Amino acid sequence: MSQRPMLLKGGRVVDPSQGLDDHVDVLLTEGKVSKIGTALPRPEGTEEVDCAGTVIVPGLIDVHVHLREPGGEHKETIATGARAAAAGGFTAVCAMPNTDPVIDSPATVGFVAAAGREAGSARVYPVGALSIGQKGERLTEIGELVEAGAVAITDDGRPVMDSGLMRLALEYAQAFDIPVADHPEDLGLSRNGVMNEGVVSARLGLAGKPNASEDVHILRDLLVAELTGGHIHIQHVSTRQGIEAIRQAKARGVRVTAEATPHHLLLTDEAVEGYRTDAKMNPPLRSDADRDAVREGFLDGTLDTLATDHAPHHYDEKEQAFDDAPFGIVGLETVVGLILTHLVHTGEMDLSTFVERASVQPARAFRLPGGTLVEGGVADVTVLDLDREWTVDPSLFLSRSRNTPFTGWDLRGGPVRTVVGGRTIWTLAEGSRS
Amino acid sequence: MSEPARPLGKDLVGLEDLSADQIRTILDTAEPFKEISERRIKKVPVLRGQTIVNLFMEPSTRTRISFEFAEKRLSADTVNISSTGSSVQKGETLVDTARNLEAMKIDMVVIRHWASGAARFLAERIPSNVVNAGDGSHEHPTQALLDLLTLRDHLGDLAGRRVCVVGDILHSRVARSNIWGLLKLGAEVGVCGPRTLLPRGIESFGVEVFNRIEEAIEWADALNILRLQLERMKGGFVPSLREYNRVYGVSTARLEKAPRDVLILHPGPMNRGVEIDSDVADGPQSVILKQVTNGVAVRMAVLYLLAGGSPERAEAAKRRGMGG
Ligand SMILES: [Zn+2]
Repeated sequence: MSQRPMLLKGGRVVDPSQGLDDHVDVLLTEGKVSKIGTALPRPEGTEEVDCAGTVIVPGLIDVHVHLREPGGEHKETIATGARAAAAGGFTAVCAMPNTDPVIDSPATVGFVAAAGREAGSARVYPVGALSIGQKGERLTEIGELVEAGAVAITDDGRPVMDSGLMRLALEYAQAFDIPVADHPEDLGLSRNGVMNEGVVSARLGLAGKPNASEDVHILRDLLVAELTGGHIHIQHVSTRQGIEAIRQAKARGVRVTAEATPHHLLLTDEAVEGYRTDAKMNPPLRSDADRDAVREGFLDGTLDTLATDHAPHHYDEKEQAFDDAPFGIVGLETVVGLILTHLVHTGEMDLSTFVERASVQPARAFRLPGGTLVEGGVADVTVLDLDREWTVDPSLFLSRSRNTPFTGWDLRGGPVRTVVGGRTIWTLAEGSRS
Repeated sequence: MSEPARPLGKDLVGLEDLSADQIRTILDTAEPFKEISERRIKKVPVLRGQTIVNLFMEPSTRTRISFEFAEKRLSADTVNISSTGSSVQKGETLVDTARNLEAMKIDMVVIRHWASGAARFLAERIPSNVVNAGDGSHEHPTQALLDLLTLRDHLGDLAGRRVCVVGDILHSRVARSNIWGLLKLGAEVGVCGPRTLLPRGIESFGVEVFNRIEEAIEWADALNILRLQLERMKGGFVPSLREYNRVYGVSTARLEKAPRDVLILHPGPMNRGVEIDSDVADGPQSVILKQVTNGVAVRMAVLYLLAGGSPERAEAAKRRGMGG
């Protein structure tokens, strides 16, 4: 790394990892945070960035994205996904393994890691499959996957239906100090459901997935984590009962971390009205009471990690009858504006808690570099303008896909600069630099 | 000629979207068309020169034939496209189907599709009028309209009348359209069936829920008995047809215990001996064949109104048709 040092000058630094919220300068040298302090002098050859009026935070990390490569390059590639992440203010993302082929071998993990490095944008951390082929039968070579760069294992996209296999994963993974991430869903209870089971599904004549389909597996995961002492990371929690169960498990010391997605924080199944396939995702958007519970859990830290579950799909895959359209929406390029507008500016959540959920805790949960601006840490930084006003326009996305239910939303606040390893990879003014 | 008023708007997707007045307009417009079907020359020229495509992506002989009769009696040119032997089943998406229809400059599409929301999907994408002939488990508005017309013929004003829909409410588009239509016309609506076949939250529609057919019969002025699809047994929703008949089958013995004569409707095709016994289907309280007759009249009314006709002109059309 021989890029010029960078001095971020005049900004407000918010870093809950060290209890910092102050107007200080940040000096990045050789890929590391080398100094934080007031009125830092500019060393010879240093690029100075005027950060007056902006907020400097440890680089945001999304532990749950689908980058679709290999096999789904018409939806997204590792490179386009990494650039979309950067444009959304993320310095790192964790790529889910439900690709074609599945990321279940050291070679495929290595491929994702290498493609991520090659993209030269946001860092891309591979997540390995929990079971071979995500078939839910036999564990992958978890040690080898970790060696090749995997930071977690999961069968996301589908649940681990065999509780015995979940037990083995939670036991075996402990040797490598990685979380076991689970998409909690009892397929017997969700049957052929395509949306939340409730009044809206009853009216639209669409098959529903009841809350219980998620709750049963959350409870199962918590109990098996408790049994084994393993670290369970529960993905995209959407039900009030599931959140209550996680809250209680945390209180009794179970090693559990859990995600809240922007769409489960902000939308309900009413968004499906008119058979809108851009509101079709799994787990589905649920009731008002569930949405309120997701918010409450996100505020009190029961849901400690903000994750988008970025799930790109080609437009003609979504332009279908609701039953036929695939599950998932993109999230990387809208989440910061959505949360700032609807949780931070409304006074529900303070800025430092937002940074805790979107950077500090994801790094901690997945044992990743970053999530802090302490001196000596990686120089992964996101610069936010809390007041810039913008409107969600999918045609401007760097992602290859446009499937979002937030089109046309007026937002206040968003990233203006994303820095990875001391190098600016994206700015609002100039776009992607990779 | 003045600009057509379009009392129904461009499409008929479902009864949930219609007002009570719009529903009454359709039923009133069906009256003169009923009479046309009784004549020797059963044709009026009101849709002459109009092209209607019947797009049936799910087999349904009855509904398709009923629409075809309605279209021909209105002198429209019709084309049938069905899922067997055409491109629609060879992986062509609904979007492409819509674009092709649009390119062919047709006036109306009658669509039957296995997916809920398909009719609306099409309606939003083509300028032609779209009539929903049943989409998934969502709605089947013309079936409910003919049910309403038949009920009105026999019960008069439906306000305060009690109609119970019996059977697989969960998967039934007929049930949903009936519930909306009946509620809008002021009827009290009941549903009765095994809990496995009732959508959770159905109470919020404003309907009475009966777990036992005996209670429904005691309560109702009319029963609309749905066909039990045999797939429901494979799906495990009901243990056996025999048990379904034992618990939910409508029989003469059960009807005899009712405090009043209960009118019997069934959208067909019937599973005799499953949801309905033969002596009930063929008995004096059954209006099942009248439903079939009314089906053509109601569909004529819907097509006519969507094409820009007005209820008043339907009378005139009837008289003109006589001369033709
Ligand atoms: Zn998932």
